[in-house]
Amino acid sequence: MASGLTLKELSKQEDRFTHGHRMCAGCGAPIVVKMVLLATEGPVIAANATGCLEVSSCISEYTAWKIPWIHTAFENAAATLSGVETMYRSLKKRGRIDKDVKFIAFGGDGGTYDIGFQSLSGAMERGHDMIYVCYDNGAYMNTGIQRSSATPLGADTTTCPAGDVVPGKLRSRKNLTKIMAAHNIPYAAQASPSHWMDLIKKVQKAHSYQGPKFLNIISPCNRGWRSKTNDAITLSRLAVNTCYWPLYEIDNGVTKITSTPKEKLPIADFMKPQGRFKHVFAPGNEWLLEKIQQEVDAEWEKLQKEAKCG
Amino acid sequence: MAKVVAVTGNEAVAEALRQVNPDVCGIYPITPQTDMMQRYASFINNGKVDTEAVLVESEHSSMSACIGASAAGGRVVTATSSTGLALMWEMLHIASGDRLPIIMPVVNRALSAPLNIHGDHSDAMGARDTGWIQIWSENGQEAYDNTIQAFRIGEHMDIRLPAMVCMDGFIISHSIERMEYLEDAEVKKFVGEFKNLHPLLDLDKPKSYGPLILTDLFHEYKRAQHEVMTKVKGVVLEVAGEFEKLSGRKYGLFESYRLEDADIALVILNSAAGTSKDVVDAFRDRGIKAGLLKPRLFRPFPYEEVAAALKNTKAVCVMDRADSFGGYGPLFMEVSSALYQLRNRPALINKIYGLGGRDYLPSHAELVLNELDGIAKGGKINVFKEYIGVRE
Ligand SMILES: Cc1ncc(C[n+]2csc(CCOP(=O)(O)OP(=O)(O)O)c2C)c(N)n1
Ligand code: SF4
Ligand SMILES: [Mg+2]
Repeated sequence: MASGLTLKELSKQEDRFTHGHRMCAGCGAPIVVKMVLLATEGPVIAANATGCLEVSSCISEYTAWKIPWIHTAFENAAATLSGVETMYRSLKKRGRIDKDVKFIAFGGDGGTYDIGFQSLSGAMERGHDMIYVCYDNGAYMNTGIQRSSATPLGADTTTCPAGDVVPGKLRSRKNLTKIMAAHNIPYAAQASPSHWMDLIKKVQKAHSYQGPKFLNIISPCNRGWRSKTNDAITLSRLAVNTCYWPLYEIDNGVTKITSTPKEKLPIADFMKPQGRFKHVFAPGNEWLLEKIQQEVDAEWEKLQKEAKCG
Repeated sequence: MAKVVAVTGNEAVAEALRQVNPDVCGIYPITPQTDMMQRYASFINNGKVDTEAVLVESEHSSMSACIGASAAGGRVVTATSSTGLALMWEMLHIASGDRLPIIMPVVNRALSAPLNIHGDHSDAMGARDTGWIQIWSENGQEAYDNTIQAFRIGEHMDIRLPAMVCMDGFIISHSIERMEYLEDAEVKKFVGEFKNLHPLLDLDKPKSYGPLILTDLFHEYKRAQHEVMTKVKGVVLEVAGEFEKLSGRKYGLFESYRLEDADIALVILNSAAGTSKDVVDAFRDRGIKAGLLKPRLFRPFPYEEVAAALKNTKAVCVMDRADSFGGYGPLFMEVSSALYQLRNRPALINKIYGLGGRDYLPSHAELVLNELDGIAKGGKINVFKEYIGVRE
């Protein structure tokens, strides 16, 4: 089980999310799921919101999940898992089950920031013992790259296409990690598959607390980001190093940046390899790039201040 | 030994749930159900039951949590009304598609708009195609009895389907009636231990619930759901037989009231059937052979049995406390489908009554029975579908 924190140790563990899934080559989501499960010791039950991960991992008689897994709908992974967890507590209390079980929900950004927001908020407020993992690829990818409230400013999606008049998404992202922390849950954090050690530590830390925990993990999608299939790790690293996706945790109310980039790179470095931002670099849209940079800087400043206050 | 009590419908159903003491329940307020699960919450907090409640933030989450809990492996209940049931709609299909025997009292209430908190059947009728078993109750006693029986029906190893137990909002949920409770031990024994089927919590044999199934097997999956529905009638009767031995109260697929030799008949659900029976008696006293059929099992609908029960009548009115706008009332559609198979069919009309809690009066039943009497004696049908009790 996940005790050693070396790649060698981890590689010896049995995969609990296994081959046969049908996600696109180079997709970030299965990497995220594998890492989260590698960092999880002992019995675990997963719930999954409708989305790319779900539709590609359990089809007809085939499943890539070697752990008990449940999908019911799009907007309710948290509510569904809260039911599973409640039954577990009930049966434990009644002496019908003796094992200790962990609970993890996986949802995309659409299923988490948007349509599943209420169900997530409710489950966190009720205090169910679970980790909710959002694999954030910044759009409704399964239905063909539509805008969500996690879609970054300026991005081209099929419902906020970069057109002659409107240059992609004109609204900024919702800061869900902080909103979840504002539920006064014991642990909320942001992670990236590029920083696997940081990610695994966060999962382990989250498991060490009783109650609801939230992890927001960036998950590159080469289809939606219009990027190369071998760029998932590079792009998630650039997201961290440009401070677009800072790695931090809010541990019982205390904010800590868990990995600061040695050199903060310009946001353009993250955006340029992605076709969804191509128009931002076209003449006439300089203001947009500037605005995006300003926003990243302001958010990073704010986070650093919060981390200083502890 | 039965205990005679004077209680409301909500109180009686809460009591049935207390006696069953399920593993998990979802609780969310909506008039007129609120008071039922509120009572249940107080049973929990006063140690009368050891159910784990999920105090959800919506009915959608309530049904989602119930589905999760039921798939995890255990006995699960929730209750709702009206828009709460409407909000669950997506999840109702998932509960039945996943074959999870969740039991849910539904305190029938109108749907918005306009906003109205009173009783009609629009909520449960809107959920008739969701794959749930539906059992309807005339009064508090029936709601109590049906709730207890629903566990046996839904959880039956040949069935494994969710079941709703319907009763009229306010008219039943909030009126005090004399009724009989079974002993706790009797209910416990009757309902029995919950038997698991493919629980998620069987950690040694991991299962995946809720796959994507496209054109290869979806059709077969749905046919299996259809097939299991055909077995429900038998189980309902078997359970009713056992329940009669325990309680002395007889239940069937529907109640036939003075129907054997009836020329004219009303088909009517729930509390209004009680009012109508009095009027049927009055017509009988006048020498008019009136009768009544009160459906109990609405899903699956017992078409052949209903047809057989009505086959000798001359004119029938199906009374609907819900409308399918632009169509006939939902109960009418079922009864007319049932009667179509007969070689000699009674004349059939449809009345919509009592929407949003509008009183259904004996005079309404009288009017309808008089109209049926005229039709039975060779009169013409003026209008097939009509609202009655309307303020003009
Ligand atoms: C109630 C409901 N509305 C809409 C959909 C259609 N739908 C299915 S998956 C999906 C997008 C999922 O997006 P996200 O949660 O970001 O996950 P991703 O596919 O990007 O991994 C949508 C819109 C649905 N299944 N259910
Ligand atoms: S569309 Fe994107 S998120 Fe979906 S499977 Fe492909 S790469 Fe992954
Ligand atoms: Mg997404």
